[in-house]
Amino acid sequence: MRAAPLAVFALILLAWHAAVVAFGIPPYLLPGPATVGAEAWAHLGELVRASAVTGAAALLGFLLSLGGGVLIAFAFAQSRVIARSLWPYAVFLQTVPIVAIAPLIVIWSGPGFRSVVLVTWLVGVFPIVTSGTAGLTAVEPELLELFRVHNASRWQTLWNLRLPNAVPHLMAGAQASGGLSVVGAIAGEVFAGYGSSARGLGYLILLTSGQLKTAYLFAAVLACTLLGLIAFGTLTAVGHAIGSRWRDPA
Amino acid sequence: MQTAHGIGDPLAAVWGVGVRFPNDVEALRDVDCTLRTGELVALVGPSGCGKSTLLRVLAGLAQPTTGTVEIAGRPPAEARREAAPIGIVFQQPTLLAWRTVARNTVLPLELAGVAGATRDADARALLEAVGLAEFADAYPHQLSGGMRMRVAVARALVHRPALLLMDEPFAALDELTRETLQEELLALRARHGFTTLFVTHNVFEAVFLADRVLVMTPRPGRVVGEVAVPFGRTRDAELRADPAFAQLAGQVARRLREAQA
Repeated sequence: MRAAPLAVFALILLAWHAAVVAFGIPPYLLPGPATVGAEAWAHLGELVRASAVTGAAALLGFLLSLGGGVLIAFAFAQSRVIARSLWPYAVFLQTVPIVAIAPLIVIWSGPGFRSVVLVTWLVGVFPIVTSGTAGLTAVEPELLELFRVHNASRWQTLWNLRLPNAVPHLMAGAQASGGLSVVGAIAGEVFAGYGSSARGLGYLILLTSGQLKTAYLFAAVLACTLLGLIAFGTLTAVGHAIGSRWRDPA
Repeated sequence: MQTAHGIGDPLAAVWGVGVRFPNDVEALRDVDCTLRTGELVALVGPSGCGKSTLLRVLAGLAQPTTGTVEIAGRPPAEARREAAPIGIVFQQPTLLAWRTVARNTVLPLELAGVAGATRDADARALLEAVGLAEFADAYPHQLSGGMRMRVAVARALVHRPALLLMDEPFAALDELTRETLQEELLALRARHGFTTLFVTHNVFEAVFLADRVLVMTPRPGRVVGEVAVPFGRTRDAELRADPAFAQLAGQVARRLREAQA
């Protein structure tokens, strides 16, 4: 059944092509799939370079989300007071639109890679914090009692029980965060850019839409999608490999 | 100091213990009982009568509202650190899903900071004793319910506890597995000589395992009766077919009914 999504993809391409030809849609509004393919091929080098730049920002932002998110989750799991007093701000970070915050970050941190990574982190950290906090605190009460009977220190309980218990939760959070990191990096690039030194996919999208190079724009969007798919696929595979060891006996 | 029967001085004692939860539910009232070294005491009572609470008080996991608890002359939380380590088995095996059987078994030694080589040897010896040596590298989800419970028992004994607390450990198993595990527990106890409090609501299980059976009332739980089990220390499956066994189980069941009236 692996072929089924590919068949759907082929059908969509056909319908798209047919619509463009049948209704005579001008290419600056909606280029046909063949035009997009040709444009992608013509700019392949630029697209690959831009994807690498965006991918690097997304990856760094994601790793920082993972590290930072786990640390914040540790703090939240340590005490209910900390969690209750900081929770609203975590939610605030999540709900405030990134388009409203990104210009501020550019003002404070200047345009460039650092700002892009910062925007990525802001978008990607929340799922790690929520899933991490849930995983660290949702431990079977009897397991906590077992550790108490064996005189485990707070640190031992964290390291041997709470943290491994959080791994499946964190994997789910990481999957969400990985996808968001790609989105965050592209959004960050649209606002912060890298100057003339490097061009990410966000910059390409901005540039091509400004010049009505719609086919090139489509190719850039396609590259964004591919990048997101790679992130999701990799994290799913890692999650699967780890998950086989973490299966609940019940 | 142990007597000729292997039953020695009091190891754990509870005097006038009452437990009232913050939600004002009174779980235990004025409970007295003593566990002598090497003895296996079964605690039977209707569900919700506070049996588990008494076990948790002895483990130092719950604080009594009134009365005194001592293990080796100290409060449980203190005793289990030095003088009298405690092993505990719950109704569920409560294994760590991400650890192999061997790594689950070794956990108490790891938490106590015992060096790697010693603890691995100890864990291996106990896994052999419960017949799981060849499953050392398996994960819990690959085992049957009975095997998981055997791992839980091995884990509870690996650090050579003075006191073993068991909270309806075999209640979720099928009849045949339950009886096998009961016999294995008696064999382990003959070899290691730990003191056991065994909570159950199954009178046959209580009589098969215990030297004494304590009978509790419904909540607030009180210990209202004690039945001595005179079958000695070496028991095998044959005992279940013995008329004296059935008679004693009937006696405990009657005491249990009286306690509920």
